[in-house]
Amino acid sequence: MSARGKAAIVGAAESDLGAVGSGFTPLDLIGQATERVLTDAGLEKKDIDGLFSASVYYQMPTLVVGEYLGIRPRYSDATMMGGSSFVSHLLHAAAAIEAGLCEVALVAYASTQLSEGGFRGVSDPPNPFETPYRARYPVSMYALAASRHMYEYGTTREQLAEVAVAARQWAKLNPKAFMRDDLTVEDVLASRMISSPLSLLDCCLVTDGGGALLVTSSERAKDLRKPPVYLLGAGEAHWHRNISQMPDLTVTAAADSGRRAYEMAGVGPESVDVTMLYDAFTINPILFLEDLGFCEKGEGGTFVEGGRTAPGGELPVNTNGGGLSYNHPGMYGLLLLIEAVRQLRGECGERQVEGAEVALAHGNGGVLSSQVTAVLGTQSVL
Amino acid sequence: MEELSEEMASAEAPAITYRRHLERGKLGYQRCAECSAAVFYPRVLCPLCGSGALEWRESAGRGTVYATTALHSRNRDPRNVVLVDLDEGFRMMSRVEGLPAGEVEIGARVRFEVRRGEEDEPVAVFVREEG
Repeated sequence: MSARGKAAIVGAAESDLGAVGSGFTPLDLIGQATERVLTDAGLEKKDIDGLFSASVYYQMPTLVVGEYLGIRPRYSDATMMGGSSFVSHLLHAAAAIEAGLCEVALVAYASTQLSEGGFRGVSDPPNPFETPYRARYPVSMYALAASRHMYEYGTTREQLAEVAVAARQWAKLNPKAFMRDDLTVEDVLASRMISSPLSLLDCCLVTDGGGALLVTSSERAKDLRKPPVYLLGAGEAHWHRNISQMPDLTVTAAADSGRRAYEMAGVGPESVDVTMLYDAFTINPILFLEDLGFCEKGEGGTFVEGGRTAPGGELPVNTNGGGLSYNHPGMYGLLLLIEAVRQLRGECGERQVEGAEVALAHGNGGVLSSQVTAVLGTQSVL
Repeated sequence: MEELSEEMASAEAPAITYRRHLERGKLGYQRCAECSAAVFYPRVLCPLCGSGALEWRESAGRGTVYATTALHSRNRDPRNVVLVDLDEGFRMMSRVEGLPAGEVEIGARVRFEVRRGEEDEPVAVFVREEG
Protein backbone atom coordinates (compact mmCIF):
# COMPACT_ATOMS: atom_id res chain seq x y z
CA MET A 1 0.00 0.00 0.00
CA SER A 2 1.33 3.43 -0.85
CA ALA A 3 0.20 6.58 0.91
CA ARG A 4 0.88 8.66 -2.24
CA GLY A 5 -1.75 11.34 -2.62
CA LYS A 6 -4.07 9.81 -0.04
CA ALA A 7 -3.75 12.67 2.44
CA ALA A 8 -3.34 16.42 2.13
CA ILE A 9 -2.30 19.36 4.26
CA VAL A 10 -5.31 21.66 4.39
CA GLY A 11 -4.17 24.13 7.02
CA ALA A 12 -0.83 25.70 7.93
CA ALA A 13 -0.18 28.48 10.44
CA GLU A 14 2.51 29.89 12.68
CA SER A 15 2.02 31.12 16.20
CA ASP A 16 3.54 34.45 17.17
CA LEU A 17 7.27 34.21 16.52
CA GLY A 18 10.55 35.64 17.72
CA ALA A 19 10.38 36.92 21.30
CA VAL A 20 6.78 36.64 22.47
CA GLY A 21 7.31 38.02 25.99
CA SER A 22 7.60 36.48 29.42
CA GLY A 23 4.74 34.47 30.88
CA PHE A 24 3.61 32.88 27.63
CA THR A 25 3.93 29.10 27.59
CA PRO A 26 4.43 26.79 24.64
CA LEU A 27 0.78 25.80 25.08
CA ASP A 28 -0.32 29.42 24.63
CA LEU A 29 1.53 29.54 21.31
CA ILE A 30 0.05 26.20 20.26
CA GLY A 31 -3.34 27.70 21.07
CA GLN A 32 -2.63 30.69 18.82
CA ALA A 33 -1.43 28.47 16.00
CA THR A 34 -4.44 26.18 16.34
CA GLU A 35 -6.97 29.01 16.12
CA ARG A 36 -5.17 30.34 13.04
CA VAL A 37 -4.83 26.94 11.34
CA LEU A 38 -8.55 26.21 11.75
CA THR A 39 -9.36 29.56 10.12
CA ASP A 40 -6.85 28.83 7.37
CA ALA A 41 -8.51 25.49 6.60
CA GLY A 42 -12.11 26.45 7.22
CA LEU A 43 -12.49 23.68 9.78
CA GLU A 44 -13.78 23.72 13.35
CA LYS A 45 -12.00 22.46 16.42
CA LYS A 46 -14.57 19.73 16.90
CA ASP A 47 -13.50 18.30 13.51
CA ILE A 48 -10.07 17.36 14.93
CA ASP A 49 -9.92 13.71 15.97
CA GLY A 50 -6.18 13.01 15.59
CA LEU A 51 -3.49 14.79 17.63
CA PHE A 52 0.26 14.82 16.98
CA SER A 53 2.89 16.68 18.99
CA ALA A 54 6.43 16.48 20.35
CA SER A 55 8.14 18.60 22.96
CA VAL A 56 11.23 19.13 25.08
CA TYR A 57 9.00 20.65 27.76
CA TYR A 58 6.29 18.05 28.25
CA GLN A 59 6.93 14.33 28.71
CA MET A 60 3.39 13.62 27.53
CA PRO A 61 2.92 16.26 24.86
CA THR A 62 -0.32 15.13 23.22
CA LEU A 63 -1.99 14.82 26.62
CA VAL A 64 -1.21 18.35 27.68
CA VAL A 65 -1.93 19.81 24.22
CA GLY A 66 -5.24 17.92 24.09
CA GLU A 67 -6.15 19.19 27.53
CA TYR A 68 -5.27 22.82 26.78
CA LEU A 69 -7.08 22.88 23.45
CA GLY A 70 -10.04 20.83 24.62
CA ILE A 71 -9.50 18.07 22.09
CA ARG A 72 -10.30 14.43 22.87
CA PRO A 73 -8.52 12.64 20.03
CA ARG A 74 -9.24 9.08 19.01
CA TYR A 75 -5.72 8.85 17.59
CA SER A 76 -2.68 10.30 19.40
CA ASP A 77 0.99 10.20 18.38
CA ALA A 78 3.82 11.80 20.36
CA THR A 79 6.71 10.44 18.30
CA MET A 80 9.78 12.30 19.51
CA MET A 81 13.00 12.21 17.51
CA GLY A 82 13.99 15.85 17.67
CA GLY A 83 13.38 18.50 15.06
CA SER A 84 12.32 16.02 12.39
CA SER A 85 9.43 14.74 14.53
CA PHE A 86 6.81 16.86 12.81
CA VAL A 87 7.66 15.62 9.33
CA SER A 88 7.32 12.16 10.85
CA HIS A 89 3.94 13.18 12.30
CA LEU A 90 2.79 14.13 8.81
CA LEU A 91 3.60 10.66 7.49
CA HIS A 92 2.06 8.98 10.53
CA ALA A 93 -1.06 11.13 10.19
CA ALA A 94 -1.42 10.15 6.53
CA ALA A 95 -1.14 6.47 7.48
CA ALA A 96 -3.65 6.82 10.32
CA ILE A 97 -6.10 8.65 8.05
CA GLU A 98 -5.72 6.02 5.34
CA ALA A 99 -6.31 3.30 7.95
CA GLY A 100 -9.48 5.02 9.15
CA LEU A 101 -8.08 5.69 12.62
CA CYS A 102 -8.73 9.41 12.39
CA GLU A 103 -9.99 11.88 9.79
CA VAL A 104 -8.65 15.32 10.69
CA ALA A 105 -5.21 15.44 12.30
CA LEU A 106 -3.68 18.41 14.09
CA VAL A 107 0.12 18.54 14.23
CA ALA A 108 1.22 21.22 16.72
CA TYR A 109 4.41 22.46 18.35
CA ALA A 110 5.81 25.53 20.09
CA SER A 111 8.65 26.74 22.29
CA THR A 112 9.07 29.89 24.37
CA GLN A 113 12.78 29.30 25.01
CA LEU A 114 14.02 32.79 24.11
CA SER A 115 11.59 34.53 26.46
CA GLU A 116 12.72 32.12 29.17
CA GLY A 117 16.35 33.11 28.71
CA GLY A 118 17.90 30.91 26.02
CA PHE A 119 18.29 27.55 24.34
CA ARG A 120 16.19 24.76 25.78
CA GLY A 121 17.04 21.29 24.56
CA VAL A 122 16.42 17.71 25.57
CA SER A 123 17.49 16.52 29.03
CA ASP A 124 18.67 12.94 28.64
CA PRO A 125 20.57 11.32 31.53
CA PRO A 126 24.38 11.70 31.46
CA ASN A 127 26.13 9.34 29.03
CA PRO A 128 29.37 7.99 30.55
CA PHE A 129 30.87 7.66 27.07
CA GLU A 130 30.28 11.27 25.96
CA THR A 131 29.34 13.50 28.90
CA PRO A 132 32.86 13.55 30.50
CA TYR A 133 34.27 15.35 27.44
CA ARG A 134 31.89 18.31 27.85
CA ALA A 135 31.12 18.78 24.21
CA ARG A 136 28.60 21.59 23.77
CA TYR A 137 25.30 20.01 22.74
CA PRO A 138 24.38 20.11 19.94
CA VAL A 139 26.83 22.46 18.18
CA SER A 140 29.99 20.44 18.85
CA MET A 141 28.48 17.33 17.29
CA TYR A 142 27.68 19.18 14.07
CA ALA A 143 31.15 20.74 14.24
CA LEU A 144 32.70 17.25 14.32
CA ALA A 145 30.72 16.36 11.19
CA ALA A 146 31.82 19.59 9.50
CA SER A 147 35.46 18.90 10.39
CA ARG A 148 35.28 15.49 8.73
CA HIS A 149 33.52 16.83 5.62
CA MET A 150 36.24 19.47 5.26
CA TYR A 151 38.95 16.84 5.71
CA GLU A 152 37.53 14.35 3.21
CA TYR A 153 36.17 16.70 0.56
CA GLY A 154 37.99 20.01 0.97
CA THR A 155 34.83 21.83 2.00
CA THR A 156 35.72 25.31 3.24
CA ARG A 157 34.45 27.69 5.91
CA GLU A 158 33.62 30.09 3.07
CA GLN A 159 31.31 27.46 1.57
CA LEU A 160 29.64 26.94 4.95
CA ALA A 161 29.22 30.71 5.18
CA GLU A 162 27.51 30.77 1.76
CA VAL A 163 24.69 28.72 3.32
CA ALA A 164 24.15 31.36 6.01
CA VAL A 165 24.30 34.19 3.45
CA ALA A 166 21.73 32.51 1.16
CA ALA A 167 19.43 31.98 4.14
CA ARG A 168 19.73 35.66 5.05
CA GLN A 169 18.95 36.76 1.49
CA TRP A 170 15.72 34.76 1.61
CA ALA A 171 14.96 36.11 5.10
CA LYS A 172 15.15 39.64 3.77
CA LEU A 173 12.15 38.74 1.59
CA ASN A 174 10.18 37.33 4.55
CA PRO A 175 8.56 39.93 6.84
CA LYS A 176 8.31 37.31 9.61
CA ALA A 177 12.02 36.49 9.63
CA PHE A 178 13.88 37.25 12.87
CA MET A 179 17.14 38.38 11.22
CA ARG A 180 16.88 40.60 8.14
CA ASP A 181 20.09 42.69 8.23
CA ASP A 182 22.69 42.46 5.50
CA LEU A 183 25.07 39.53 5.86
CA THR A 184 28.24 38.66 3.94
CA VAL A 185 30.56 35.67 3.87
CA GLU A 186 33.13 37.86 5.62
CA ASP A 187 30.67 38.61 8.43
CA VAL A 188 30.14 34.89 9.03
CA LEU A 189 33.87 34.16 9.02
CA ALA A 190 34.52 37.04 11.44
CA SER A 191 31.81 36.04 13.91
CA ARG A 192 32.82 34.55 17.26
CA MET A 193 34.10 30.98 17.04
CA ILE A 194 31.88 28.60 19.00
CA SER A 195 33.04 25.08 18.21
CA SER A 196 35.44 24.99 15.28
CA PRO A 197 34.85 25.06 12.39
CA LEU A 198 31.42 26.52 13.29
CA SER A 199 31.21 30.15 14.36
CA LEU A 200 28.20 31.98 15.77
CA LEU A 201 26.67 32.76 12.37
CA ASP A 202 27.01 29.12 11.28
CA CYS A 203 24.46 28.31 14.01
CA CYS A 204 20.69 28.56 13.92
CA LEU A 205 18.74 31.15 15.85
CA VAL A 206 17.39 30.64 19.34
CA THR A 207 13.83 32.00 19.20
CA ASP A 208 10.30 31.50 20.45
CA GLY A 209 7.83 30.18 17.95
CA GLY A 210 5.55 27.41 16.91
CA GLY A 211 2.97 26.33 14.45
CA ALA A 212 0.23 23.94 13.46
CA LEU A 213 -0.79 21.86 10.47
CA LEU A 214 -4.11 20.23 9.66
CA VAL A 215 -4.02 17.02 7.65
CA THR A 216 -7.01 15.14 6.27
CA SER A 217 -7.96 12.72 3.52
CA SER A 218 -7.59 13.94 -0.04
CA GLU A 219 -11.31 13.31 -0.47
CA ARG A 220 -12.30 15.64 2.35
CA ALA A 221 -9.57 18.14 1.40
CA LYS A 222 -11.34 19.00 -1.87
CA ASP A 223 -14.12 20.96 -0.17
CA LEU A 224 -12.04 23.09 2.19
CA ARG A 225 -10.97 26.72 2.03
CA LYS A 226 -7.49 26.48 0.54
CA PRO A 227 -6.09 24.38 -2.31
CA PRO A 228 -4.93 21.06 -0.84
CA VAL A 229 -1.22 20.32 -0.65
CA TYR A 230 -0.88 16.60 -1.20
CA LEU A 231 1.57 14.29 0.51
CA LEU A 232 3.15 12.52 -2.45
CA GLY A 233 5.73 10.58 -0.50
CA ALA A 234 7.60 10.45 2.77
CA GLY A 235 10.32 8.38 4.39
CA GLU A 236 11.93 8.10 7.80
CA ALA A 237 15.33 6.85 8.88
CA HIS A 238 17.55 6.94 11.93
CA TRP A 239 20.88 5.21 12.43
CA HIS A 240 22.19 6.61 15.72
CA ARG A 241 21.41 8.94 18.60
CA ASN A 242 24.90 9.89 19.84
CA ILE A 243 27.43 11.38 17.45
CA SER A 244 30.12 8.86 18.48
CA GLN A 245 27.84 6.13 17.08
CA MET A 246 27.33 7.74 13.65
CA PRO A 247 29.05 5.37 11.24
CA ASP A 248 30.30 7.99 8.73
CA LEU A 249 30.04 11.64 9.73
CA THR A 250 29.74 12.70 6.10
CA VAL A 251 26.72 10.50 5.28
CA THR A 252 23.37 10.98 7.04
CA ALA A 253 20.32 8.74 7.17
CA ALA A 254 18.73 11.21 4.74
CA ALA A 255 20.16 8.91 2.08
CA ASP A 256 17.54 6.36 3.22
CA SER A 257 14.69 8.71 4.12
CA GLY A 258 15.06 10.56 0.82
CA ARG A 259 15.09 7.40 -1.26
CA ARG A 260 11.97 6.15 0.51
CA ALA A 261 10.20 9.48 -0.03
CA TYR A 262 11.13 9.67 -3.72
CA GLU A 263 10.06 6.08 -4.32
CA MET A 264 6.64 6.67 -2.80
CA ALA A 265 6.23 9.98 -4.61
CA GLY A 266 7.41 8.62 -7.95
CA VAL A 267 9.63 11.66 -8.49
CA GLY A 268 13.30 12.47 -7.93
CA PRO A 269 15.24 15.55 -6.95
CA GLU A 270 15.12 16.87 -10.52
CA SER A 271 11.36 17.44 -10.13
CA VAL A 272 11.60 19.50 -6.95
CA ASP A 273 10.80 23.22 -7.30
CA VAL A 274 11.28 24.29 -3.67
CA THR A 275 13.61 22.57 -1.21
CA MET A 276 13.30 23.02 2.53
CA LEU A 277 16.31 21.53 4.36
CA TYR A 278 16.56 21.61 8.14
CA ASP A 279 19.42 24.08 8.69
CA ALA A 280 20.31 23.88 12.36
CA PHE A 281 23.90 24.56 11.28
CA THR A 282 25.43 25.54 7.96
CA ILE A 283 26.86 22.06 7.41
CA ASN A 284 23.34 20.56 7.37
CA PRO A 285 22.09 21.74 3.97
CA ILE A 286 25.42 20.71 2.43
CA LEU A 287 25.05 17.16 3.78
CA PHE A 288 21.36 16.97 2.83
CA LEU A 289 21.87 18.31 -0.71
CA GLU A 290 24.26 15.38 -1.17
CA ASP A 291 22.27 12.70 0.62
CA LEU A 292 19.00 13.74 -1.07
CA GLY A 293 20.57 13.51 -4.52
CA PHE A 294 20.81 17.17 -5.53
CA CYS A 295 24.55 16.67 -6.01
CA GLU A 296 27.17 13.96 -5.55
CA LYS A 297 28.66 13.10 -2.14
CA GLY A 298 31.38 15.60 -1.34
CA GLU A 299 30.16 18.23 -3.80
CA GLY A 300 27.75 20.03 -1.45
CA GLY A 301 30.23 22.77 -0.62
CA THR A 302 30.85 23.57 -4.26
CA PHE A 303 27.13 23.28 -4.98
CA VAL A 304 26.14 26.13 -2.64
CA GLU A 305 28.78 28.52 -4.00
CA GLY A 306 27.78 31.61 -5.96
CA GLY A 307 24.27 31.86 -4.56
CA ARG A 308 22.94 28.74 -6.27
CA THR A 309 20.44 28.19 -3.40
CA ALA A 310 19.76 31.92 -2.80
CA PRO A 311 16.98 34.05 -4.35
CA GLY A 312 17.49 33.97 -8.12
CA GLY A 313 19.61 30.82 -7.91
CA GLU A 314 18.79 27.62 -9.78
CA LEU A 315 17.64 25.69 -6.68
CA PRO A 316 15.58 27.70 -4.15
CA VAL A 317 16.48 26.33 -0.69
CA ASN A 318 14.92 27.46 2.61
CA THR A 319 12.85 30.28 1.13
CA ASN A 320 11.58 31.46 4.53
CA GLY A 321 15.15 32.22 5.64
CA GLY A 322 15.49 28.89 7.46
CA GLY A 323 16.48 28.12 10.99
CA LEU A 324 19.54 30.29 10.38
CA SER A 325 17.68 33.57 9.78
CA TYR A 326 13.89 33.13 10.03
CA ASN A 327 13.09 31.20 13.20
CA HIS A 328 14.33 28.22 15.18
CA PRO A 329 12.17 27.44 18.21
CA GLY A 330 14.29 24.52 19.49
CA MET A 331 12.72 22.15 16.97
CA TYR A 332 12.08 23.59 13.52
CA GLY A 333 10.57 20.78 11.44
CA LEU A 334 7.00 22.05 11.60
CA LEU A 335 7.96 25.52 10.39
CA LEU A 336 9.72 24.20 7.29
CA LEU A 337 6.59 22.24 6.38
CA ILE A 338 4.49 25.40 6.74
CA GLU A 339 6.76 27.21 4.28
CA ALA A 340 6.57 24.32 1.81
CA VAL A 341 2.75 24.46 1.98
CA ARG A 342 2.69 28.21 1.41
CA GLN A 343 5.03 27.97 -1.57
CA LEU A 344 2.80 25.36 -3.19
CA ARG A 345 -0.26 27.55 -2.54
CA GLY A 346 1.51 30.56 -4.05
CA GLU A 347 1.17 32.60 -0.84
CA CYS A 348 4.79 33.69 -0.43
CA GLY A 349 4.75 37.20 -1.88
CA GLU A 350 8.20 38.54 -2.69
CA ARG A 351 9.89 35.21 -2.05
CA GLN A 352 7.41 33.12 -4.04
CA VAL A 353 9.00 30.56 -6.35
CA GLU A 354 6.99 31.00 -9.54
CA GLY A 355 4.96 28.01 -10.56
CA ALA A 356 6.09 25.80 -7.68
CA GLU A 357 4.33 22.43 -7.94
CA VAL A 358 6.61 20.05 -6.01
CA ALA A 359 8.28 20.83 -2.68
CA LEU A 360 10.66 18.73 -0.64
CA ALA A 361 10.64 19.23 3.14
CA HIS A 362 13.44 17.54 5.02
CA GLY A 363 13.61 17.32 8.81
CA ASN A 364 16.64 16.52 10.93
CA GLY A 365 16.67 15.64 14.61
CA GLY A 366 19.15 15.04 17.41
CA VAL A 367 22.73 15.28 16.18
CA LEU A 368 22.23 14.37 12.51
CA SER A 369 20.40 11.42 14.08
CA SER A 370 16.87 11.23 12.71
CA GLN A 371 16.08 12.12 9.13
CA VAL A 372 12.58 12.44 7.70
CA THR A 373 11.81 13.53 4.15
CA ALA A 374 8.45 14.54 2.70
CA VAL A 375 7.61 15.31 -0.93
CA LEU A 376 4.57 17.55 -1.30
CA GLY A 377 2.71 18.54 -4.43
CA THR A 378 -0.17 20.53 -5.85
CA GLN A 379 -3.26 19.08 -7.56
CA SER A 380 -1.46 19.41 -10.91
CA VAL A 381 1.13 16.74 -10.05
CA LEU A 382 -1.19 14.36 -8.21
CA MET B 1 15.54 -20.17 42.54
CA GLU B 2 19.03 -20.69 43.86
CA GLU B 3 20.44 -20.95 40.36
CA LEU B 4 18.70 -17.78 39.17
CA SER B 5 20.08 -15.77 42.08
CA GLU B 6 23.61 -16.89 41.30
CA GLU B 7 23.22 -15.97 37.66
CA MET B 8 21.96 -12.51 38.55
CA ALA B 9 24.73 -11.98 41.05
CA SER B 10 27.37 -12.80 38.45
CA ALA B 11 26.08 -10.22 35.97
CA GLU B 12 27.79 -6.85 35.98
CA ALA B 13 26.52 -3.78 34.18
CA PRO B 14 28.60 -3.12 31.04
CA ALA B 15 29.33 0.45 32.15
CA ILE B 16 30.71 -0.88 35.46
CA THR B 17 33.02 -3.35 33.71
CA TYR B 18 34.23 -0.55 31.45
CA ARG B 19 34.99 1.62 34.48
CA ARG B 20 36.81 -1.24 36.24
CA HIS B 21 39.08 -1.46 33.19
CA LEU B 22 39.81 2.27 33.40
CA GLU B 23 40.59 2.00 37.11
CA ARG B 24 43.33 -0.47 36.13
CA GLY B 25 44.60 1.86 33.41
CA LYS B 26 43.07 -0.23 30.62
CA LEU B 27 40.70 0.68 27.77
CA GLY B 28 38.07 -2.06 27.66
CA TYR B 29 35.88 -2.81 24.66
CA GLN B 30 33.82 -5.79 23.54
CA ARG B 31 34.19 -8.23 20.70
CA CYS B 32 31.29 -10.29 19.39
CA ALA B 33 32.03 -14.03 19.51
CA GLU B 34 29.50 -14.61 16.71
CA CYS B 35 30.31 -11.97 14.09
CA SER B 36 33.70 -10.68 15.34
CA ALA B 37 32.52 -7.04 15.43
CA ALA B 38 34.34 -4.68 17.77
CA VAL B 39 31.64 -3.11 19.94
CA PHE B 40 31.80 0.22 21.75
CA TYR B 41 30.11 1.59 23.87
CA PRO B 42 29.71 -1.65 25.84
CA ARG B 43 26.31 -3.38 25.74
CA VAL B 44 24.61 -6.68 26.42
CA LEU B 45 24.02 -7.58 22.76
CA CYS B 46 25.89 -7.03 19.53
CA PRO B 47 24.37 -4.13 17.56
CA LEU B 48 25.46 -5.77 14.30
CA CYS B 49 24.24 -9.37 14.59
CA GLY B 50 22.16 -9.35 17.78
CA SER B 51 24.19 -12.01 19.56
CA GLY B 52 24.51 -11.80 23.33
CA ALA B 53 27.97 -13.39 23.20
CA LEU B 54 30.08 -10.29 23.77
CA GLU B 55 33.56 -10.79 25.20
CA TRP B 56 35.58 -8.12 26.94
CA ARG B 57 38.95 -7.25 25.44
CA GLU B 58 41.68 -4.78 26.31
CA SER B 59 42.53 -2.32 23.59
CA ALA B 60 46.18 -1.60 22.84
CA GLY B 61 45.09 2.06 23.16
CA ARG B 62 46.40 3.18 19.77
CA GLY B 63 44.17 5.09 17.40
CA THR B 64 43.68 7.82 14.78
CA VAL B 65 41.76 11.07 15.16
CA TYR B 66 38.60 10.79 13.00
CA ALA B 67 37.00 14.19 13.70
CA THR B 68 37.89 17.16 15.89
CA THR B 69 36.48 20.40 17.23
CA ALA B 70 37.87 23.12 19.47
CA LEU B 71 35.32 24.65 21.84
CA HIS B 72 35.84 28.33 22.47
CA SER B 73 34.74 30.13 25.63
CA ARG B 74 35.25 33.68 26.77
CA ASN B 75 38.28 34.13 29.06
CA ARG B 76 39.48 30.54 28.72
CA ASP B 77 41.70 28.62 26.36
CA PRO B 78 39.78 26.56 23.82
CA ARG B 79 39.40 22.90 24.65
CA ASN B 80 39.18 19.96 22.36
CA VAL B 81 36.69 17.16 21.68
CA VAL B 82 37.52 14.39 19.23
CA LEU B 83 36.27 11.13 17.85
CA VAL B 84 39.05 8.54 17.78
CA ASP B 85 39.11 5.37 15.68
CA LEU B 86 40.94 2.70 17.70
CA ASP B 87 43.09 0.23 15.81
CA GLU B 88 40.86 -2.66 16.97
CA GLY B 89 37.99 -1.22 14.92
CA PHE B 90 35.84 0.80 17.30
CA ARG B 91 35.26 4.52 17.67
CA MET B 92 34.89 6.64 20.81
CA MET B 93 34.53 10.23 21.87
CA SER B 94 37.45 11.67 23.84
CA ARG B 95 39.87 14.59 23.96
CA VAL B 96 43.49 14.93 22.95
CA GLU B 97 45.70 16.48 25.60
CA GLY B 98 49.15 18.01 25.44
CA LEU B 99 48.71 20.44 22.56
CA PRO B 100 46.52 23.49 21.84
CA ALA B 101 42.91 22.49 21.08
CA GLY B 102 42.97 23.97 17.60
CA GLU B 103 46.11 22.06 16.61
CA VAL B 104 44.62 18.60 16.93
CA GLU B 105 44.46 17.25 13.39
CA ILE B 106 42.33 14.60 11.77
CA GLY B 107 44.54 11.64 10.88
CA ALA B 108 46.91 12.20 13.83
CA ARG B 109 48.03 9.06 15.67
CA VAL B 110 47.12 9.11 19.35
CA ARG B 111 47.65 6.96 22.44
CA PHE B 112 45.23 6.25 25.32
CA GLU B 113 45.82 7.44 28.89
CA VAL B 114 43.61 7.74 31.96
CA ARG B 115 42.87 11.01 33.72
CA ARG B 116 40.62 11.84 36.66
CA GLY B 117 37.33 13.66 36.02
CA GLU B 118 35.49 16.29 38.06
CA GLU B 119 34.21 13.70 40.52
CA ASP B 120 37.47 11.74 40.59
CA GLU B 121 36.07 9.25 38.07
CA PRO B 122 38.53 7.73 35.60
CA VAL B 123 38.26 9.26 32.10
CA ALA B 124 39.82 7.92 28.89
CA VAL B 125 41.83 10.60 27.09
CA PHE B 126 44.46 10.54 24.37
CA VAL B 127 47.87 12.09 23.82
CA ARG B 128 49.73 12.45 20.58
CA GLU B 129 51.78 9.39 19.67
CA GLU B 130 55.44 10.41 19.41
CA GLY B 131 57.43 9.72 16.26
